[in-house]
Amino acid sequence: MANDPIHQFEIQKIFPIEVGEMDFSFTNSSLFMVLTVAATCAFLILSTSGRGLVPSRLQSVSEMAYEFVAGILRSSAGTEGMRFFPLVFSLFMFVLVANLFGMFPYFFTVTSHIIVTFALAMLVILTVIIYGLLRHGLKFFHLFAPAGVPPVLLLIVAPIEVVSFLSRPISLSVRLFANMLAGHITLKVFAGFIVSMSAAGVAGVAGAILPLGMTVALTALEFLVAFLQAYVFTVLTCMYLNDALHPSH
Amino acid sequence: MAGNAEQTNTELHIPEAEHGAGFPPFDATTYASQILWLAITFGLFYWIMKNVAVPRIAGILEDRRDRIAGDLAEANRLKEETDAAIAAYEQALAEARNKAHGIAHETRAKLKTDQETRREKAEAELGEKLKAAEAHIAGIKTEALSQIGDIAGETTSALVEQLIGKAPTKTDLNKALKSAMN
Repeated sequence: MANDPIHQFEIQKIFPIEVGEMDFSFTNSSLFMVLTVAATCAFLILSTSGRGLVPSRLQSVSEMAYEFVAGILRSSAGTEGMRFFPLVFSLFMFVLVANLFGMFPYFFTVTSHIIVTFALAMLVILTVIIYGLLRHGLKFFHLFAPAGVPPVLLLIVAPIEVVSFLSRPISLSVRLFANMLAGHITLKVFAGFIVSMSAAGVAGVAGAILPLGMTVALTALEFLVAFLQAYVFTVLTCMYLNDALHPSH
Repeated sequence: MAGNAEQTNTELHIPEAEHGAGFPPFDATTYASQILWLAITFGLFYWIMKNVAVPRIAGILEDRRDRIAGDLAEANRLKEETDAAIAAYEQALAEARNKAHGIAHETRAKLKTDQETRREKAEAELGEKLKAAEAHIAGIKTEALSQIGDIAGETTSALVEQLIGKAPTKTDLNKALKSAMN
């Protein structure tokens, strides 16, 4: 089923590991998680091993990534938010590299599975809730009662705030998952058109130029989406972390 | 019969499995493995980032910031030193100029008074000499004037004698001379 656009998302076991009823097999998804982590760590550590005062090209890429994430975090959560920097930086780098790895043909896209993006989103939200409660105690719930709202309106506003807070992990995870999934399916569908059309003779080959152009354009778009979704995930993470730091907005 | 039952069982099992794997992201049987491996890999990743990569990059950036700040401070210090040196130089120059002005002024004044006294002295000397010369001239003049009367008398008497053949008397001559010289 080479032409099946869903085939690329299938989980294939590499080393079956089963504990009781649970299946913890090392799969192609696990393999690409390992590759993502290994490649990112290797890049970040090797490129900065020179610790150059004047950075080499690769070192400046690492520094740019650092400054980029630090800028996002500082602008939305302030300098206080920098305590979450390792988490935010890890999330950004992991999502970005996993997305970009997905752009290689035959590579598995880790972030095209809802459970992965949902787990990352829950990590963010649980960090927000646990840190918020530890730091502010019950005052953390001021998050749901914005200052300056009349008590009568609070009856309407508070439930809305609660619902919007609860929908955060869902929107955060679905946004990333759906973007990666839809992009890869579209790419595969258009690439499939080229194959099936060119099988239909000379006219088909001529006609296949159209989906070929689309595939090229979509590939560029997908690279943009890969970066953009990592960025959006990071920005939203920073905004949610800001709620943990300053619940009364 | 038993083999047939097994066959139906597998036949039943296959569509079920295909249904489960119909859309891989929603296949819950893979969730446990994905979560476990995500926890392992991301946990490790977080640990490495927190303890190795982030401190290292932060250190590099910090060093650079410190170095730049240090260099700027050093440049500032040197600039201040230069400014101070320029100010000192300017002051010394102004002082020297003032001093030079003073010396020039003093010299000029001294020269002027010197010249003045010398000129006055010379003028006084000249005045004295002039006075002496004038007195001398006046002496000569009065002497000449007193002799003029005699010469005129002699000349007149000689002329009159030539004209009328007889010398005028002394009294007539004197009277005529007196009226002519007045």
